[in-house]
Amino acid sequence: MSRKTLIPIGPYHPLQEEPELFKLYCDGEIVTDIKWETGYNHRGIEKLSESKSYDQVFFLVERICGICSTSHPFAFANAVEEIAGIEITDRTKYIRSIIGELERIHSHLLWVGLAGHFLGYNTVFMWAWKYREPVLDLFEMITGNRNSYAMFKVGGVRRDIENSNIPAIRKEMSVMRKKLDLLTGAVMDDPVIHARTKGVGILTRQDILDYGAVGPTARASGVDIDVRRDDPYAAYPLVNWKVITARAGDVFAKLEVRLLEMYESVSIIEQCIDALEKMKEGDIALKINEIPAGIGTGRAEAPRGEVFHFVVSDGSNSPARHKIRAPSYTNIATFKKSCIGQTIADATISLAAVDPCYCCTERMAAVYDNSSGKKILNANELIELSMKRTAELRKSGARHE
Amino acid sequence: MGFKDYCFRKSLWVFHFGGASCNNCDIEILDCLTPRHDLERFGILLVGSIRHADVLLVNGSINRRDKDRLLELYHQAPKPLLVVAIGACGCTGGIFAEGYTFAGPVDKIIPVDAYIPGCPPTPEAIIAGIVKLAGKK
Repeated sequence: MSRKTLIPIGPYHPLQEEPELFKLYCDGEIVTDIKWETGYNHRGIEKLSESKSYDQVFFLVERICGICSTSHPFAFANAVEEIAGIEITDRTKYIRSIIGELERIHSHLLWVGLAGHFLGYNTVFMWAWKYREPVLDLFEMITGNRNSYAMFKVGGVRRDIENSNIPAIRKEMSVMRKKLDLLTGAVMDDPVIHARTKGVGILTRQDILDYGAVGPTARASGVDIDVRRDDPYAAYPLVNWKVITARAGDVFAKLEVRLLEMYESVSIIEQCIDALEKMKEGDIALKINEIPAGIGTGRAEAPRGEVFHFVVSDGSNSPARHKIRAPSYTNIATFKKSCIGQTIADATISLAAVDPCYCCTERMAAVYDNSSGKKILNANELIELSMKRTAELRKSGARHE
Repeated sequence: MGFKDYCFRKSLWVFHFGGASCNNCDIEILDCLTPRHDLERFGILLVGSIRHADVLLVNGSINRRDKDRLLELYHQAPKPLLVVAIGACGCTGGIFAEGYTFAGPVDKIIPVDAYIPGCPPTPEAIIAGIVKLAGKK
């Protein structure tokens, strides 16, 4: 006889480093439904952003998420530069791309490690995180901090990559390629990893299109999207690289896409530093006097997918409205497809496979009724509406007859 | 040797509570356990339940939703318990202190024994903080 059970994962679960709550509804060992609850990580960043000057917002948006702490400033810079009509210098473009790609390497390594940990394969976890350390050292050398680099500003970057630093980056990249060979070889040939990830958590091409998933999650299901190519920014149109895709859509395909993407990142960084060496040092920022009134949108390809920033400027010193959409916001919804019908043990890795990032996701969202197009109000708003109505009635002096 | 020193003289087991953070401190805490720093060689182990823990690591600003859960975890923990606030947000609220969901830095909610500032603190700083705390007589 089967019994229906509810298995909660979280909100403070040792498996996750972030607070979120998953409710797995199970029939025996099979997951029949999944629900998730967020809000443990909401910090009100969009509102805070309206109280900060354009220079300060960069420090705020890079603290949306510590792992992809370049992609948010990247998208914000793209948005503000669109409002002001700024064309950044070539040197800035290359530096921005180098930081973005270094971040992709460290983020993907982090994910490979965590995926290994979720599979009970702690060797992969330790191994990948050991390889991640030299990337963080490079960050410390270039920007002065291991995470949260504070590199971006409107019209440029804050620090230059000096020519004296380039040999160290080049050396690390050639070493990184060998390390990736080792890691990829070991992970791709491992029969246990094959058994645990192949055919698990499959997302078809149609699922991806239905849910609007982005990034490696979409590319692993054969949807060929990448903002770096589709909406070129920074130095990506200036260097040679290709978008990695796979067809299977299972966890293994996502692993494959991420591992191969790291090679592309290494290649992009190498081309960028080659170009940097030929340029004059120090030409890294334009002088920006004011941001005119206007609307700007900025996109950037984070390690997890497309980051989208929408900025409204009223010509003052700080944004009038700042809307952020992070990739995990759409990727998390695919759990409904990937986890249902699987065993509980496989659900864990399916949840981890999209590399969900909850601190990115925790934005306020308004829900609209699909059929009528009306906004669905939450409890507080309903109370407010009711209070308003009472006040109106009182003012008009209406009486119950 | 007091009772507290007696409890904390050997392997410290830690429980990690990530509040409304940006994930950086969480990652740096995990980083302490990986090969370069390898805290486990000192017997410092990340445990899954607060009921097994000697140390509660709290990072991130605490929002209104986290606050009650942090209090509950504190009450569930066996005493004596060391509480460490990690990162700028854990110590003061940091950049999120002006946010509308902010419910006070950690020390407004539960007593804190040590503060490790930084955004994020490096793994070395976290290790130094824990070692100082363990060696406190």
